[in-house]
Amino acid sequence: MSVVRNGTAGSETTARARRFLNAAGPFLGLLLVLLLLSLNSESREFIFTGANFKIVLIQTVIVGIGALGMTLIIVSGGIDLSVGSVVAFTSVLGARLLVADVNPALAVAGVILAGGAIGLINGAVIAGLRMMPFIVTLGMMGIIRGAAKWLSNKQTVSAPENSPVNAIMARLNPTEFLPLPAGVWIAVGLGIVMAFMMNRTVFGRHIFAIGSNEATARLCGIRVPLTKLWIYGLAGLFFGLSGLMQLSRLTQGDPSVAIGLELDIIAAVVIGGASLSGGTGSILGAMIGALIMAILRNGTNQMGWETYVQEIIIGGVIVLAVGLDKLRQSRSARV
Amino acid sequence: MIPRLRLTDIRKSFGATQALRGVRLEVQPGQVHALIGENGAGKSTLMKVLSGAHASDSGLIELDGLPFVPKNPLHSHRAGIAMIYQELNLAPHLSVEENILLAEPPHRFGWIQRSVRRDRARQALAELHAETIPLESSVQSLTIAQQQLVEIARALLGQPKVLIMDEPTSSLTRVDTENLFRVIERLKHRGVSVVYISHFLEECQRICDHYTVLRDGETVDDGPMKSANLRHIIQRMVGRDVNELYPRIPHAIGDPVLSVTGLRGVSKPSSVTFNLRRGEILGVAGLIGAGRTETLRALFGLDPVEDGSVSLNGRVSTKTNPRERLRQGVGLLSENRKEEGLLLNRSIADNLLMTRLGPLTRWGVVSHRLVRQASAEWMSAMEVRAQGPAQAIGELSGGNQQKVALGRLLYHDAQVLLLDEPTRGIDVGSKASIYRRIGQAAESGKSVIFVSSYLPELLGVCDTIAVMCRGALTTVKSASEWTEHGIIAAAIGQGDIDTDANAEPVGQVVGEAPPAGTQSNGLETN
Repeated sequence: MSVVRNGTAGSETTARARRFLNAAGPFLGLLLVLLLLSLNSESREFIFTGANFKIVLIQTVIVGIGALGMTLIIVSGGIDLSVGSVVAFTSVLGARLLVADVNPALAVAGVILAGGAIGLINGAVIAGLRMMPFIVTLGMMGIIRGAAKWLSNKQTVSAPENSPVNAIMARLNPTEFLPLPAGVWIAVGLGIVMAFMMNRTVFGRHIFAIGSNEATARLCGIRVPLTKLWIYGLAGLFFGLSGLMQLSRLTQGDPSVAIGLELDIIAAVVIGGASLSGGTGSILGAMIGALIMAILRNGTNQMGWETYVQEIIIGGVIVLAVGLDKLRQSRSARV
Repeated sequence: MIPRLRLTDIRKSFGATQALRGVRLEVQPGQVHALIGENGAGKSTLMKVLSGAHASDSGLIELDGLPFVPKNPLHSHRAGIAMIYQELNLAPHLSVEENILLAEPPHRFGWIQRSVRRDRARQALAELHAETIPLESSVQSLTIAQQQLVEIARALLGQPKVLIMDEPTSSLTRVDTENLFRVIERLKHRGVSVVYISHFLEECQRICDHYTVLRDGETVDDGPMKSANLRHIIQRMVGRDVNELYPRIPHAIGDPVLSVTGLRGVSKPSSVTFNLRRGEILGVAGLIGAGRTETLRALFGLDPVEDGSVSLNGRVSTKTNPRERLRQGVGLLSENRKEEGLLLNRSIADNLLMTRLGPLTRWGVVSHRLVRQASAEWMSAMEVRAQGPAQAIGELSGGNQQKVALGRLLYHDAQVLLLDEPTRGIDVGSKASIYRRIGQAAESGKSVIFVSSYLPELLGVCDTIAVMCRGALTTVKSASEWTEHGIIAAAIGQGDIDTDANAEPVGQVVGEAPPAGTQSNGLETN
């Protein structure tokens, strides 16, 4: 308490150090994971290679782009459980459009906009009818999964082999222009744009305000329902883009793909320091969270461990990350 | 005589912060002991040490002459130390009787004996002369005063030796406060020692036998209350002389800015008519539940207006929303800092600047430099004591939080300030600072509506005062024409008020009017 009373230079420095640590938390987690993986000398030479990192980055793209949208939603105090279904639906939609010989650029736009439209519907129901996001998006999860199966006749739809869409996530980049496929660069670029949007625009500050306390946000003259509509709509665009990446990576639209993907994405956002009760979180953190999960998957694969070991480890990491975060917060709150 | 509770040189640090640095406190059996200090003086930490939530670093606690080391809240409770916190600790959905016997409901082989439970609950309430509280209604349907009685009843079931009450009257009306004082008197006669923590020194003087003043975690003064000088106590607790608690800043009153005619909300208010002039500070007194908060909410567009009209600067603008009101230059300070007023886990800067980010942007991008500048400027203007603009506002003391909340309206440059209990639960120093800010706002031509349950501040700060009773507002009179007695009489419907909305028989009024429906339902089921 008396720290508050004597706002000295010393306490300002410690406060700054604390904020730096809070921001660096996910980074330290990433380093720790890499360190642990490097302990095993046999697998080290397989894991720490350029080619393997390229694989990891490609594997991160789908969860990472989804995490961009999910961060908006979780920071605003909401949740979206329909992401996996949206990814499946949009991947099928994209494949169908390409098979029907639609211009690839139009197909890409259609896939992304379809995701945005689903998000807008979620947002409209949540903001307009004041329903719980959990319930609304749980319903949407079922509806869209069903729609994906209907659209695909319950079968996978292969994209044409020579479609340019396939190249976005292709591991062997035929252009040789940059060592990584376009999908990775798109994810990185959008991450920078979104981090900027969250921190430096009025819309971004309003998202934090709504998540921190909706009543206060209203009191401050923020149009809460409208802002929520935009949040879910914008996030939907990212989920549609995630679906496009899914399509590109598998070169087919699969209605039963990405089941449970939303949980991976939520985990990435939470590992990145967001609180499910809203008001805190960061884009950078969420991206690192996505990377941590991909590295863990890849590393345990390289070590030749069974998938169930992976599942146990990743589950443990999620609880550990959030537990450490809680501990850190309670310590800083006590001063 | 062996003191009931004696603390000697209690110390407690959190990291580098010394929250308690030598607290001395001695409470006799059957004594009502005032514990006085600004927010941040260490009262809450001391309570936590006594309740066993925190362990003290050093020092001695003696209970009836025997050393006592509280291990955890249950241990402390069993030893006879009971707490009534400012934020009540009740399960809102459960019934009154369930709440009273929440910790240890009477049971046989794990089955709760409902009739025994009911009898005990009834008995516990009867001891407080609170038999009218319906045992079966859920606690959330009760008034704050009734909820507090339920909590006291629960605390007394454990036969405590010491009852510690933290700001028990901060959200009570005058009448409920009187009622609480009678309860405290009865406890005292039963030999229970009461530690009474309050910012209201007049109250302490009325019911306490003895006082102890804490400042910066240290006992700086103590003595018998009856012979104490309030000026002296304030000086000890603030550490400086508070010459003018209610600074009078001369300001001119101009033309009407806000005209309200026959305003009616969904259940409250029923009829509100007044004119607010430029540079005027209009105080609104009344019991809790009289409809003061609802009036402000309706004016600000948070609650719907059913009837009547509101005009701002001569233009009719009745139906509205907070966004539009802010644009028109009307700002509301919520009575509930934690649940509505502030973004608790966001920074001071966010909380100060949220309503007007526009001037801090360049081409749509919020400039960190401008944000830092503006928040530093306003923090110093509002005398906010904090580590810096980036500190989360939830970490500040109540007084500093409130300064930020008021600072938001002033940064927004609102011309009409609707302030709902702006000084509730904050320390004397912060109060004086907020009174000064209000005076300066009026001086610069802003108009203020100041809702408060604390009459001295209304009489000390306002130009004009109106009283609300059962949803209706009396005529506005100059503050000099009101007395505390007159305000109370008007608030309980015994004043010479000119509305016909309160044709209830006088004399039967006790405390605030709770939502009529819940009250009568509860009585029927009883």
